[in-house]
Amino acid sequence: MFEKALEGSRRYWLWLIALAIISGIGTLYYLKQLQYGLGLTGLSRDVSWGLYIGQFTFLVGVAASAVMVVLPYYLHNYKVFGRITILGEFLAIPSVIMCLLFIFVDMGQPMRILNVLLHPTPRSILFWDSVVLSGYLFLNLLVGWTVLHAEKKEIPPPKWIKPFIYLSIIWAPSIHTVTAFIYAGLPGRHFWLTAIMAARFLASAFSSGPALLILLAMIIRRYTKFDPGKEAIQALGKIVTYFMLTNVFFMGLEFFTAFYSGIPGHKHPFQYLFVGLEGHGRLVPLMWTSAILAIFSLILLLNPATRRNERTLAVASAAVFISLWIEKGFGLIIGGFVPNPFEKVFEYWPTGPETIITIGVWAAGFLILTLLYKIAVSVKEEVGESAHH
Amino acid sequence: MSMDRREFLKIAGAGTILGLAGLGLFERVTEKDIEAVVERYTKDPSAMNAKRWAMVVDLRRFKTEEDYQRIIKACHKIHNVPDFGNPKDEIKWIWVDTYGHAFPGQEHDFLPEWLESKFIPLLCNHCANPPCVRVCPVKATFKSPDGITQQDYHRCIGCRFCMAACPFGARSFNWRDPRPFIKEVNQEFPTRTKGVVEKCNFCTERLAKGLKPACVEESKGALIFGDLLDPDSEVRQVLRKEFTVRRKAELGTDPSVFYIIGGSENV
Repeated sequence: MFEKALEGSRRYWLWLIALAIISGIGTLYYLKQLQYGLGLTGLSRDVSWGLYIGQFTFLVGVAASAVMVVLPYYLHNYKVFGRITILGEFLAIPSVIMCLLFIFVDMGQPMRILNVLLHPTPRSILFWDSVVLSGYLFLNLLVGWTVLHAEKKEIPPPKWIKPFIYLSIIWAPSIHTVTAFIYAGLPGRHFWLTAIMAARFLASAFSSGPALLILLAMIIRRYTKFDPGKEAIQALGKIVTYFMLTNVFFMGLEFFTAFYSGIPGHKHPFQYLFVGLEGHGRLVPLMWTSAILAIFSLILLLNPATRRNERTLAVASAAVFISLWIEKGFGLIIGGFVPNPFEKVFEYWPTGPETIITIGVWAAGFLILTLLYKIAVSVKEEVGESAHH
Repeated sequence: MSMDRREFLKIAGAGTILGLAGLGLFERVTEKDIEAVVERYTKDPSAMNAKRWAMVVDLRRFKTEEDYQRIIKACHKIHNVPDFGNPKDEIKWIWVDTYGHAFPGQEHDFLPEWLESKFIPLLCNHCANPPCVRVCPVKATFKSPDGITQQDYHRCIGCRFCMAACPFGARSFNWRDPRPFIKEVNQEFPTRTKGVVEKCNFCTERLAKGLKPACVEESKGALIFGDLLDPDSEVRQVLRKEFTVRRKAELGTDPSVFYIIGGSENV
């Protein structure tokens, strides 16, 4: 099937070349970082994780969201999603690959990364994260490819794939739960030490991921002969609505606990992020953008008329995605480090090279996504055509 | 000419030995050499031993700026701690901060003036239940049997999970090559490479030779060091007599560094 990725329009090739060039520039800057050290980033002794780890965390959520189309189709026989399960699975693959790349570019000694396998340490959450992420990557590759291959041959998928599909459904929440545990189990980081961290992660994953799927489905419909279906997009819209609502609710719970309890350590990160602390407030405009986009998206999503209108649904989906990208890909990580363990405010802002490396990884992810979607869509187009004749 | 296997090996072996000897690569291993190796890997009989090393910081005995600088310089000098001169790249093993920052939540508006302006020495707490050790995915940071939280600079992958986990800000990362920023390299102790985490090691290399930690030696009695699990140790004697506190003890990490804040005698 891979040959499908090697044929395409001029626009397809230009898009691929553009992505390759961007990730190539990112790679060059990564080589510079490799030579100089992570000091090339805005990170410091006080804020020791930043943009890279934020992207990793956010993208684990996007990857996990594939289950939102796989589960209704396979467990509830929701036929409408039959056409787009492959889009969910093939979105999960580049998402996990981007996660791994972001972890890799964040390593101080990347050539020692195999130490994680040489000295497996089950008491470390990072060990489990590497296990669940690589397992999830494998499951989605296996299931996605096998089912698509059967579709191409116009035969039902082989029976042996079923257990793997069910396993992938259970596996999806695990990747985001384990990722939340990286943060939620640390003493002395008030912002992260919350029992609903994993629940928040899942809610934001199941809203940001399907929001991206809506946009991708619309793009596919516009540029190819494959139509994911109006009904499927509407069903995704409802999923985004419920989980975005849950996500905002969970965020409200955090605010309540921090401010009604009045414990200074719990309040400080929220104050730093939303109003600034001790005269420092670099993230304030970003966090308010995230909050306003969240409310704005909910207005569009909760109102049936604007949710049913695909134009406004697309706007709402983009708002959800950007809002959660800011909240989880940036604010969540920095809020854990500011103020620092001495209750001092030492700020962080990504540097130019750090931003370019980040964009480079995203470009590599979109490159893989484009190739996979091209294969899937070509198969769908072919099958669709032969069904017409 | 015919040659059997045994003959061939003899000639080949002799040739190799002669060749290597000629190149100066081959040396006869003497008994003396073996002794030297055995000695190198045998514990120094004068080594200091403990079940759990601990420290008491007696703030009453820190009077002048010099009292602090002496211990910091001694530590950073022998451990090749670089000085970058900026807070972003900063690496530190022992340093000072005010009471409010060392013991957040304990400060109030009516503290005595001397305490407001007093600096408190800070270092790794060598916790008995260290979160940094728990989170390390490669066991690069680990507990040694004497209670010291150690760091293996050669195994560390630089993921910095330990820095997120430490509630005491005790860990530093080499954001860039530290070597150009070491004024005078101590050849007895390794320098670090970029991309690894480091911190206070309670002078484990000095204890192995029977010497107390460098900061303790320079402190003129202001830092007391000993085995927390030995009832007769100096540390235990002090703990029996004085009121001490530990940083963020409520987090359950069980720090091994105790502080005597003291009262009016500080005035």
